[in-house]
Amino acid sequence: MREPIGRRRFLGYVLAAPTLVTAAEIGLRPSVAAASSADAQLPSPNITNIVDLNDLMTLAATPTSGLIAVEVGQDGMVSFALPRAEVGQGITTSTAMLIAEELSVPLERVRITLADARPELVFNQLTGGSNTTFATYTPIRVAAAIARRRLLDAAAIALGSAVTDLSLRAGTIVSRSGRSIDIGALADKAASTQTQQVSVELAPRESFTVIGKPHSRIDALDAVTGRKKFAMDLDVPDAKPTMVCRPPTINGKVGSVANLTEVRAMAGVTHVVVISTGVAVRAETFGQCIDAVRALRVTWKPGTAAGKSDETVRQELERAELPLGLPPLTPTVEGKFTFYFRGNSALETNCAVADVRADRAEIWSGLKSPIVAQQTIAAKLGLPASRVAVHVVQGGGSFGRKLFFDAALEAAEVSQKIGKPVKLMWHRADDARQGRAHPMVTSRVRVSYLGGTVLGYEQRHTSVATDLGHGIGEIITGLAAQLPVGDIGFSEIFFKLSQTTPYDFGATSLLLSETDKGFNTGSMRNVYSPDATCARELIVDQVAARMRRDPYQFRRDFLHDDRSRAVLDKVAEVGQWGRQMPAGTAQGIAFHAEYKSVSAVLVEIDCRPATVNRPIREGVTGPRVTRAVFAVDVGLAVNPRGLEAQMMGGVSDGIALALTSSLHLRDGYFLEASWDNYFYTRQWNTPLELQIIVMPSTSERPGGAGELGVAPSMAAVACAYGRATGTMPTSFPINHGTLSFEPKPTVPPVPPSPTDGLNYAS
Amino acid sequence: MPERTFRVNGRQVTVDVPDDVRLLWVLRDVLGITGPKYGCGINVCKACTSHLNGKAVNPCAIPVRDIQPTDEVTTIEGLPATVGKELHPMQQAWLDHDVVQCGYCQPGQIMAAVALVRRVAAQGRGITDDDLDGLRNMCRCGTYFRIREAIRAGAANM
Ligand code: FES
Ligand code: FES
Repeated sequence: MREPIGRRRFLGYVLAAPTLVTAAEIGLRPSVAAASSADAQLPSPNITNIVDLNDLMTLAATPTSGLIAVEVGQDGMVSFALPRAEVGQGITTSTAMLIAEELSVPLERVRITLADARPELVFNQLTGGSNTTFATYTPIRVAAAIARRRLLDAAAIALGSAVTDLSLRAGTIVSRSGRSIDIGALADKAASTQTQQVSVELAPRESFTVIGKPHSRIDALDAVTGRKKFAMDLDVPDAKPTMVCRPPTINGKVGSVANLTEVRAMAGVTHVVVISTGVAVRAETFGQCIDAVRALRVTWKPGTAAGKSDETVRQELERAELPLGLPPLTPTVEGKFTFYFRGNSALETNCAVADVRADRAEIWSGLKSPIVAQQTIAAKLGLPASRVAVHVVQGGGSFGRKLFFDAALEAAEVSQKIGKPVKLMWHRADDARQGRAHPMVTSRVRVSYLGGTVLGYEQRHTSVATDLGHGIGEIITGLAAQLPVGDIGFSEIFFKLSQTTPYDFGATSLLLSETDKGFNTGSMRNVYSPDATCARELIVDQVAARMRRDPYQFRRDFLHDDRSRAVLDKVAEVGQWGRQMPAGTAQGIAFHAEYKSVSAVLVEIDCRPATVNRPIREGVTGPRVTRAVFAVDVGLAVNPRGLEAQMMGGVSDGIALALTSSLHLRDGYFLEASWDNYFYTRQWNTPLELQIIVMPSTSERPGGAGELGVAPSMAAVACAYGRATGTMPTSFPINHGTLSFEPKPTVPPVPPSPTDGLNYAS
Repeated sequence: MPERTFRVNGRQVTVDVPDDVRLLWVLRDVLGITGPKYGCGINVCKACTSHLNGKAVNPCAIPVRDIQPTDEVTTIEGLPATVGKELHPMQQAWLDHDVVQCGYCQPGQIMAAVALVRRVAAQGRGITDDDLDGLRNMCRCGTYFRIREAIRAGAANM
């Protein structure tokens, strides 16, 4: 008998297994067509209203047959291997919450692990584009709901009651007559000897008791006690510390090594070997690796950015910029903005453990695209992909960096060359100088208007090429044919898919052009949005000023919909927009929509000399954001506490991008080599007041959140800075023109370890 | 190779490593104590922050020869035992404020926070914004604001 599949009914499976295992297809979601028909009614339609990046990444999954499975163990624990990477964004917690909701078990009884590379999942094991919750929300719940159903059926037999007389609460099933049984005792009874397809109804939103309620992270206790294990904390037998002596310029190559024998004889050193990216050293401790790396005398061949500097790249961008349309006859406001290179280093540097044998290999690393990693590593080693096990380890931050697997590939190469397992880690200086960077960008914006009406909006975004060769590029290219975008490359499609114009600004044209593939680039908590949004919001302030309108009221009038206006109104109200501020301080306000989520930020900045010049040893102080108010609507917030945390991180990033953090390119290398060179937000730059408001749910489904907070925060800080100083900033971060540190040498490539630590005991 | 004896987290250890190896690697690579993290190796990021005789230090910048037999090294793993509990009040405050994101910086943050609170208490005063601004620990996930809230709460229970 075939049941009709209604609005909340979904198909899933009970898998043949000795214990209860239920599953659903990860591509499960309401059809894109249904979503787009609602969006298409919006004015000023553009491609992101029809299908956005999240749709595309989720859609890419549909043809695959990969199942994700929930397992109920005889110990009463519910297990799920998440095919995504946890790098701090809180997805293990939100995933546990989905299962706890549908299965009525306490959160403590849900055990989330990260799945090894599963090639059959194709595009569905890629953590990017803030897509995780969006793509996994329904299938995880379906699998859990099926498990619940099976457990109730099994309990009915065990307790001799009708299913309708049973209730499942906190992992225990109770009958009306008061008899009870734990789900662990039912795990084998509810199991199936053959795989069968079943349909199930999901809990309606009104009945949620876990989803939408704030929960603390499930891994917090491990983290605060030091028990949380990152890749370099794993105890893989004989995997000894390994580091690489790297070139003095970006992607330089080894010419020759003068003192291999001498370095091999150094204390603790077990192996020294030339690899494709430098000279690898394996030793008993990382300290001895650092000493050996510093002792190596290597001649280097030039790299892929030889002789380049900020200025030469700026000229390249200038040449690559696409022209604006013909100048309109109406008045216009135009601006051009420069965004320098930025490092997307996480606090955990690039690292991986590799154990390569003649016929097989095993890799452990924090990886957001483990399938691409597995295939690439297998090809490099000359092994079939099926012989390369890739374990995804919890990562110490990512921000785009872990979409790549540079360290895993290197570790595999070293391990194969020396025939020993290795624990390979990049030095901080390596991570800053040879690691991935957010490309340098310029963005030109022109708005034409007449009276109180905006007639047109044009933006020409020009960027050093972003490397998307980690899976997202393939998704876009693979599905591009289905999209009404014509015959353009995947970066341009990606740009169109991720960029929306939230304002009703008449004829809109946003174009991307890219140049120069000589840099190691990647996304950095988003690819285009922070820069594109910052440029747009600064110009919006200018247009409002021309029309003699208040920046908040102006935005409000031109926003597309009520949901957008609601977040803007919220920050204006809570942040007391328009309140009197002393000279040299000001408020700024900005709006950003992406991944079916909307957000607004109000900040207050202090640009008075006493604040700007306050002394901090080896730090950049500069203007201080004293207050930030953030309102966010992600449709359905699965875990509001986790969502607030993500927005808080976005505020820290936005402040850094606007005010302090960039890489300086000189003579083919980046000058930065330390966190006291690369000025990411520190305590002394942190707002003293921060309020994050999670709006009531406006949707049945969660939108993306991981990257959302960066763009509006950066834009609001830039707007506030412009209003406080009376001059619109056009180059970011604002302090890029001042080099605030003494660059470290490039040879040797890593600084010596200090010996005076005791002097700083405090 | 010379042998070095000192105390870590309440137990006496003897290691056989060259004198100039920094304490961080003795802890992590030799003793397998992985709570202190590497984030820079040059006493900048503070991810490795631990205590030496109760004061915050950065073991990435201390050669093991500088550690005396009577010295007591405390890493995040040994922090609860210093108050004879399952969790130190600062760790509890971290949980209550759900500070952790990726968690990589957090052992160092907590150790730095505890030392700060002790220092300020020894001066007979409470924590100020300037004190908090003076913390140098990097957090690339940007958890700074919750760290500030947690330190104030943790200090109240120390
Ligand atoms: S690793 Fe010790 S301070 Fe950064
Ligand atoms: S929590 Fe990730 S670096 Fe601080």
